Amino acid sequence: MGKLMDWIDARLPVTAKWKLHLSEYYAPKNFNFWYYFGSLAMLVLVNQLLTGIFLTMNYKPDSSLAFASVEYIMRDVEFGWLIRYMHSTGASMFFVVVYLHMFRGMMYGSYRKPRELLWLIGMLIFFVLMMLAFTGYILPWGQMSFWGAQVILSMVGAIPVIGEPLKDLIMGDYMLSDAALNRFFAYHVVTLPILLLTLVVVHVLALHEVGSNNPDGIEIKKNKNPETGIPVDGIPFHPYYSVKDIVGVVGFLIVFFGIIFFAPEMGGYFLEYNNFVPANSLQTPDHIAPVWYFTPYYSMLRAATVNFLGIDAKLWGIILMGGSVAIFCLLPWLDRSPVKSIRYKGPYFKIALTLFVISVFVLGWLGTKTPTPLYTTLAQIFTVVYFAFFLLMPWYSKIDKTKPEPKRVT
Amino acid sequence: MTDAWNKNGMNGRRRFLIAATSVAGGVACVAWATPFVLSMMPSERAKAAGAPVEVDISKLEPGMLLAVEWRGKVVWILKRTPEMLANLPKLDPLLADPKSEKEDQQPKYAQNPTRSIKPEILITEGVCTHLGCSPVFRKDIAPADLGSDWLGGFFCPCHGSKFDLAGRVYKNLPAPTNLIIPPHTYLSDSLLLIGADSKETA
Repeated sequence: MGKLMDWIDARLPVTAKWKLHLSEYYAPKNFNFWYYFGSLAMLVLVNQLLTGIFLTMNYKPDSSLAFASVEYIMRDVEFGWLIRYMHSTGASMFFVVVYLHMFRGMMYGSYRKPRELLWLIGMLIFFVLMMLAFTGYILPWGQMSFWGAQVILSMVGAIPVIGEPLKDLIMGDYMLSDAALNRFFAYHVVTLPILLLTLVVVHVLALHEVGSNNPDGIEIKKNKNPETGIPVDGIPFHPYYSVKDIVGVVGFLIVFFGIIFFAPEMGGYFLEYNNFVPANSLQTPDHIAPVWYFTPYYSMLRAATVNFLGIDAKLWGIILMGGSVAIFCLLPWLDRSPVKSIRYKGPYFKIALTLFVISVFVLGWLGTKTPTPLYTTLAQIFTVVYFAFFLLMPWYSKIDKTKPEPKRVT
Repeated sequence: MTDAWNKNGMNGRRRFLIAATSVAGGVACVAWATPFVLSMMPSERAKAAGAPVEVDISKLEPGMLLAVEWRGKVVWILKRTPEMLANLPKLDPLLADPKSEKEDQQPKYAQNPTRSIKPEILITEGVCTHLGCSPVFRKDIAPADLGSDWLGGFFCPCHGSKFDLAGRVYKNLPAPTNLIIPPHTYLSDSLLLIGADSKETA
């Protein structure tokens, strides 16, 4: 065995890379509950890839066959229902774990120097994930698939000057039709997964270059054992965190399969009722709302109702919606606090973060409701709160009363 | 890498050759990408679709809405009652473009108070000018959900835009413009052609 490894190592650095990324990758010893979600995101990614491959074996990307082929998978294919529910529930759970992973970063300042690029790569992963969710949702060609795509693609058309030709280029037709379904299938199963996998590898490489942050937000690399050169507050990822993550996986799978077996539609939040009706280009369902993970942005889209600065309300809605996602990229440069972690930040940051979380939940809830004047006003108020969290951060993070950071992790 | 090059002398000739090769390579990349990008544009078959549609409206009763498909879009044909027509001017102060002054939202022959050739017959695309949903026809007067000043019209369930029974948009809602009136013409009293301004252009 040893000789075989020597032979391989002389030709491919397997042992060296194993050490670099697992058995001798030193992570801070004080990881808590919030540090499960990175590895869980990886687990869900594998789930999506595996179940996705098996779904393509029976799915037909043709506007006249797609809906029936999904029903065929659900009713006639052995265990087709399980594979599809694992994929559809996996999509929602992907967003659950990624949102929690991002929130962890916001709490402990994981986006701060030297992890700005790590954060930006993570944001790219988030954008690709949103595109995957969007293209995937179109595939069953139900009413929500059709009208959701119609709304999103109309947004592309609203971009000044290049909008209309760009929309034709994306749809391959002058309306949403078979051409669009067929190519969205190609994006969903080939282009975007390759992009996502590549970005995940780059994300992990960048993480292992700078090292993991931790709940205290201090750099363990500043305090190394002079003899070994290993951070005194670091422990090897394998076996310590690989074993810890397995506990997370077990907990996650209990929840995951609980949903699949008992509430795969999650009351219309994971799979919307209107999507069990085949696409009809002549009739919009009376109530349309995106899947839960897009509802906060959707609320902001329709919160814009006044023309302002010579830009009409429609374009403002799109700017707000795009801006609400893109603005996360600026976090590393908006935060001027002398400390990274919420543990040592002052009351202003804690209040701001709480208000931000409340606004995300309220906007998310409003996005599932039919708009009324009261709801629109609420959406406008919370859109302001949402953006204020980011735009006022350079000010409140600077004047906040922070506590001194400890020398060692606690 | 730059250091090694500098040591060996990055002379003008080498610099020029590198620049020239990069430019030629860039041109080749654009040429190579062209067929792939063009393959994504609407195909010849998609371009050929979209002929005008003939609709018989002899059975259309006052207050009734008929939905037909033209170029994959919904086109509504609504026969308005005299009350509906009488209500139209009352709404003017609530609307963004009551006189249909914005070009390209309707053909010249529909740029009038009723936005139609014949006052009672409204022909409009049933596609919200906000983000392309199809609004719901709500002819009930002052329903609870739409408010007491609602005199009948179209309500978009997606983002809450409202249009009156001439397809004119209400102010301060997401939709920026009135519903689009497609080109149409009457072949006879009861036969309508949607998609062409006159028999000849069809």
